[in-house]
Amino acid sequence: MSDNGADEKKLALERSNLDASCSGAVLWFFTSAIGWLLLSTLLGLVSSLKLHIPDFLGDCQYMSYGRVAPAYKLALTYGWASVSAMGVGIWLMSRLCRVPVRFPGMLKFGNLLWNSGLTLAIVLQIAGHGQALEGMDIRTGPAVLMLAGYLLIGSWGAILYRARRSGPAYISVWYLLGAFFWFPWFFGVAHCLTARGALQGVMNNVVAAWYQQGLSLFWLTAVGLAAAYYLIPKVVNRPVYSYNLASVGFWSFAIVGGLTSLVRLSGGPVPAWMVTLSIAANIVMLVPVLTAVVNFLATVRGHSDLVYCSPTLRFSLFGAVAFAVTNVVALAASLRGVDRVVHFTQFAAGQYHLLTYSFFSMVMFGAIYYITPRLVGCEWLSATLIKFHFWGAAYGGSLLAGLLLISGIFTGMALADPDAAFRQALQMAQSYYFGQSLAYGILGLGHWIFSLHFLLMLLRIGQPGTQPTRFSKPGAH
Amino acid sequence: MSRSPKLFTGILASFALSCFAMVLVPNSQIGRLQPEWDQDTNTVYPVKNDQGREAYVAHGCVTCHSQQIRDPQNGEDIGRGWGVRRTVARDYILDDAPLLGSSRMGPDLTNAGSKDWRNEAKDDPRRPKRRDAMWHYMHLYNPSAFVRETNMPPYRFLFEKQKITGQRSVDALPVDPGQGYQVVPKPETVKLVKYLLSLDRSYPLKEVKGAPSAAGTK
Repeated sequence: MSDNGADEKKLALERSNLDASCSGAVLWFFTSAIGWLLLSTLLGLVSSLKLHIPDFLGDCQYMSYGRVAPAYKLALTYGWASVSAMGVGIWLMSRLCRVPVRFPGMLKFGNLLWNSGLTLAIVLQIAGHGQALEGMDIRTGPAVLMLAGYLLIGSWGAILYRARRSGPAYISVWYLLGAFFWFPWFFGVAHCLTARGALQGVMNNVVAAWYQQGLSLFWLTAVGLAAAYYLIPKVVNRPVYSYNLASVGFWSFAIVGGLTSLVRLSGGPVPAWMVTLSIAANIVMLVPVLTAVVNFLATVRGHSDLVYCSPTLRFSLFGAVAFAVTNVVALAASLRGVDRVVHFTQFAAGQYHLLTYSFFSMVMFGAIYYITPRLVGCEWLSATLIKFHFWGAAYGGSLLAGLLLISGIFTGMALADPDAAFRQALQMAQSYYFGQSLAYGILGLGHWIFSLHFLLMLLRIGQPGTQPTRFSKPGAH
Repeated sequence: MSRSPKLFTGILASFALSCFAMVLVPNSQIGRLQPEWDQDTNTVYPVKNDQGREAYVAHGCVTCHSQQIRDPQNGEDIGRGWGVRRTVARDYILDDAPLLGSSRMGPDLTNAGSKDWRNEAKDDPRRPKRRDAMWHYMHLYNPSAFVRETNMPPYRFLFEKQKITGQRSVDALPVDPGQGYQVVPKPETVKLVKYLLSLDRSYPLKEVKGAPSAAGTK
C-alpha cells in the first residue's frame, strides 16, 4: 500500500508482531471450534437418522430425538459457530486496530469457561434436565459460566478497540464492536428474564424469540459480515466498493434488525400488531442486505477469476451470496400468506441451517483458511483437500438447507388442507428425512477433511513460503 | 477518534430500541394478565395444570409437538380437529414456561386430553374410540402399531418388565413379555400420561370471539 519499501517492511513486521501476540489464543479458539463442529455433525446425523429410522438407538433414552436435536443445535450454535466467531473476531480486532493482544492467557481461560459451560449445558440436555422454554436451552448454571467466559473474551475486543492506533475505524470493526457488545446483552438479559417466574406465561416465549433473533443477527450475522468485509477486499486487493453504502447498511441493520423477532410467534398467542411490526421490519431488512451484497459483488467485479484460485475468496463469497438468500427467504417466510403454510414445519430449520451453515460457517471457513497460515508460519498443505472441503461444506450445507425448506413447503401444504390426513404429511416428509441424513454425511466428510488439514497445520506440516495455497494460478481462467 | 462515541452510542441505542419494542412494550400489554371467572360454570380459567409436566419437558416432547391453536385465518388447526378455538396469551398465564413449540413433526397437543380431539379426518374409521390412559401407554410403547407412517420413536424405556407377584397390575400393557412377567409403565410415565390427559384448553375465554360458550364445551 505504501510506495516506500521501508514503510512496507515496517508494516509487515508490525503485522507479524500482531499475529504473534494472538497466535496461541486464536489457534486455541479454532481448535475447540472445530472439535465442536465434529461433535455437532455427529449429533446432527444421529438426530436425522432417527427421523426416518425411529427405532435407531430406540432403547436409549439419552439418544431420543427430543433430547439429541436440541443438543445438536447447542453444539452447532454455541460450540462451532460462537467459538469460531470469537477466534476470528479477536484476530480481526487486533489486526484492524493494530493493537497486539496482551495476556492471551485470559482469552484461553475465557474459552475454557465457555467450553465447560457449554459441555455442562449439553450433558444436562441429554440427561433430560433441559429447559422447558424452547430456544433458551441453557440452564442458569452453565449460562453463568458461559457468560463469564464470554466477558473475558468480549471485553478484550472492546479494549483492543479503545487502544486502536489507526484513525477512523474500518467497517468490519463497527460490526465486531457491535457483536462483542450486543451478544452479552442479549444473552444476559434474556437468560435473567426467563429465569424461573420472572415473567408471566407467553412473555417467556416472546423473550425467547427476541433472544434467538438477536443471536442470529447481532452475533452470528454481525461477525460473519465483519469477516466478509475484511476478507473479500483483502483477497481482491482493492478497497471496499463504497464506504457510504457500507455505513448505510450497518446503521439500517442495527436499527431494524432488532425489530424482526416476533415473526417467530406469527399466528401464536400474541397480539397481532407485534407480529405486523416484525413483518415490516423484515421487509426493511432488505436495505442492509442489498447494500452489503452489492458492496461485496462490486468489490470483486472484474476480479472474478480469483474465485477460482483463492480458497478464502471462494468460501467467503459463497457465504456472502448465501447471506442474501438467507434474508430473502426470511422475508418471504415472514409474510402472513407464506407463514400460515410453512410455520411449524421444517422450514424454520431450513432457515437456521441456511444462516448457520451456508452463510456463517462458509465465511468462517474462509477466515480460518486466511488466518491460520499467518499464525503457524506455513501454508496449507494441499489445495485438493481444501477443494474437497469446499464441495462437502457447500453441497452438503446447501442440500441440507434446501431439503428442509422444500419439505417444509410441501408438508405445510399438506397440513394446510384439513381434509388431508396428518399421516399424509408424515409420509411426504419421509423421503426428505432420508436426504437430510445423506446431507449430514456429505457435510461430515467435508468437516473431517478440514479437521485433518487443520491438524496438519497445527503440527506445522504444510507448504513453506509466503504465497497462499491456491486452487490454480491466478490468470489461468 | 471522533467517530468513536457516535458508534458506541448507536450500538447501545439499537439494543435499547430492540429491547423496548420487542420486550417492554409487549410486556406492558400481555405481561400482567389475570385469570377469568366464568359465570356459567363458576370456574376460574385457566386451570392450573403442571402435574407430570416435568416428564414432558425432560423427554423433549416440545421438539415435535406444539401446544398452540391458530385462528382459521392463520392456519387449519381447528379444521384438523386439534381444538375448537384459538389460544391466547391468557391461556398460558399459569405455565412457566408455556410449551408453545415451534415444530409439528407430530400433531398439536393443546387439547390432547379433550375427548373431541382428533388427528384423523372426521369420518376416518382408524380414529380410536377413546384415547384413554391405556391408549397412551400403548402408543408410547409402540407408536407405529397405531400409525404405520409415524416417525415418532418408541418410548419403550418408559416401561419396565416386572415379575407378576399376586395380581396383574391394572396398568399392565396387553403385550406378552414371557410367562409370569408383565410390562408396566414407570411412575414417571403414569404422570406423563396424566398430564397428556389433562391437556384441554377448550374452555371459553371472553377475548376469543366465535369460541363455543361454556355450555357447549365438554
